[in-house]
Amino acid sequence: MANVLVVAEHLDGALRKVTLSTLTFAQQTAALTGGEVHVLVLGDNVDAAASEVAKYGVAAVHYANEPVFANYMAETYAPAIAKAAQELSATVVCAPSSTTGKDVLPRVAAKLEAGMVSDAISVSDDDGLKFRRPLWAGNVITTVDVLTPVKVVSVRTSDFDAPPEGDAAPVKEFASGVSAPDNLEFVSFEQVKSERPELTDADVVVAGGRGLRSGENFQMIMDLADTLGGAVGATRAAVDSGYVPNDWQIGQTGKVVAPNLYFAVAISGAIQHLAGMKGSKTIVAINKDPEAPIFQVADYGLVADAFEAVPELTEKLKTIT
Amino acid sequence: MKILTTVKRVTDPDMKVRIQPDQSGIVTEGVEYKMNSFDEYGVEEAITLKEAHGGEVVVVSIGPGAATKELRTAMAMGADRAILVETDADLDSDAVARVLAEVVGREEPDVIIMGKQAVDSDRSQTPQILGSYLNWPQATFAYKVEIEDGWAVVGREVDGGTATKRIKLPGIISADLRLNEPRYASLPGIMKAKRKPLETLTPDDLGVDIAPKVKVLNYEAPEERGAGEMVDDVDDLINRLKDEARVI
Repeated sequence: MANVLVVAEHLDGALRKVTLSTLTFAQQTAALTGGEVHVLVLGDNVDAAASEVAKYGVAAVHYANEPVFANYMAETYAPAIAKAAQELSATVVCAPSSTTGKDVLPRVAAKLEAGMVSDAISVSDDDGLKFRRPLWAGNVITTVDVLTPVKVVSVRTSDFDAPPEGDAAPVKEFASGVSAPDNLEFVSFEQVKSERPELTDADVVVAGGRGLRSGENFQMIMDLADTLGGAVGATRAAVDSGYVPNDWQIGQTGKVVAPNLYFAVAISGAIQHLAGMKGSKTIVAINKDPEAPIFQVADYGLVADAFEAVPELTEKLKTIT
Repeated sequence: MKILTTVKRVTDPDMKVRIQPDQSGIVTEGVEYKMNSFDEYGVEEAITLKEAHGGEVVVVSIGPGAATKELRTAMAMGADRAILVETDADLDSDAVARVLAEVVGREEPDVIIMGKQAVDSDRSQTPQILGSYLNWPQATFAYKVEIEDGWAVVGREVDGGTATKRIKLPGIISADLRLNEPRYASLPGIMKAKRKPLETLTPDDLGVDIAPKVKVLNYEAPEERGAGEMVDDVDDLINRLKDEARVI
C-alpha cells in the first residue's frame, strides 16, 4: 500500500501545531495514493504527544521513547524515520518545513534513495503525484515530479489548516534500533520564552523593521501585539541589527506566516521579507515613506511616523477590544 | 586543517525574476549573476578558520563555465584554490551532493562549510544529503563556529531559540545569516586570485551520473497581490479593519 508517513514535531513532549497542518497535507496525499496516514513520534517522553496526534484522523501513531532521542539530532532521527518508512510501506514521507524538518529530511531522503521536495504548498495527481513549491524568495512557483518510488516532502505549513478531530487511532510502540553515535553531542537548547502565541500559529502578527532603530523601540510592537493577542515578528535587517532574537525573523530565510491580520511597521518591504508574509489575509503597512514597496502588497496603507501612529493605534484598540 | 567550501552562481537576488512565456524557466537575458549570499558566509567562515588554525581553503562550484567568476571572487577573499565541476545542466540537490561526495573523496577535507540554502532554488538540502552520503555529522544553520581538539562547537539558529551542538571532525556545517560579516575582496586579493590554481572537471571525470531524482515541470509567477488603499489616519484604519476587513 502507498502509505504516507508524517514525522511529528514536539517541544519537550508537547505537540507543535505545525504537525497538524502537515497532517492535512498527508491526508490530501493519501486520498490521492489510496494509502493510509501513519505518524511517527520520536523522543524520550512522547506518550502525551502520541495520544494527542492520534485524534486527528490517522490510521495509526507509532512512537519511540528512547534515551537516544532525548534531544533532537538529525543523525539519530534520520535512520529511525527511514526504518519506519520502510516498515510501514510509506511512499511519501513528510514533516513540517521547520528548522527540524529542513535539517533531518534530506538525510532521510538520502537513506531512502528518494528525491525530496522542499516547502510543498500543494499536492495533486496528474499521472502521478505532483507537488508545487515556491522558490526565488516566493517570486516563482514550480510544479515538480519526484521520479523515485519514495518521495520525501517538507511542507510549508502556513498553506494548510489543521484537520478536524476524529476517532482516536491506535498508538503503537516502535523500536528504532538506533544507538547513540560517538561523533556528535547535543550541548544545549536556549529557548526564547514567550507568553505570546507562536509566530507560525498566530491569528495576528505584528512585525517591525529596522526603521524602529532599536530593540527598546520594539516595545510598542509588542504592546500592539499583546492588545490583539498576536505574535511579534521582525525583518532580517532588524534581527541582523541585534534588536530582536533570530527566532522572530519572517521571510525567505526565516519563518513563513499567513495570519488573518499582519501589521508591517517601519518595514520597507524587501522581496526577501515579502516571501514570508505575502500569504497573510489582511495586510496593514505603516511607514513614513509613501514610496515604500510594502504598500504594493498592503490592503491598508498608512503613511505615518510609526512612533506616533502605533501607540495611538494600541490605545484606541484597547478601548474597543 | 583542510577546509572545503562551496559557491553557487545565482541570479542577483535583488533583481526582479521574470518567467519565460512558455513556463520553461526564467528569463536570463540581461540578468546579473553573483555568488549565492549564504555561500559568502560559508567562504568567510572557511577563511576565518584557516587564519586561526592554519591550513588550506579549497572552494568548489558546480555549474557553467561562467562560475569561474564566483570562484575567483572566493579566491580574492582568501580561498587558496578552486575546483569547477562544469555542467550546464540544472542539477537537483541530490546530484549536487553526489558530485560533492566525489570531490570530498579526492580532497579529504577536515571540514566542509556550505551556505544553508541557495537564494534561487531555496531548497536547503545539499549539505544534509552530503552529510548522509559521507556518513559525517552535520551542524546546519550555524551562527557561531569554534574548533577545539578535532571537534566543531556550533551554535545553530532553530525554531524557538538557538541550539548548540558538537560534531567530531570530519563534519559538515551549513552557514546561516549572522555567522559573520563576509569581507570584500581587496585589490591585491583580486590580483592574487588571478594566479591561484583553478581546476576544471566534469561530472563524467568524477564518474557521477547527474540524472535528477526531482524534475521541474514548469515555472509560474505566483498570484499577484494587488495594492490596497491608503487610509487617512489611525481612526480610518481602525474603522476599515472593523467594518470592511472584519478582522478586529
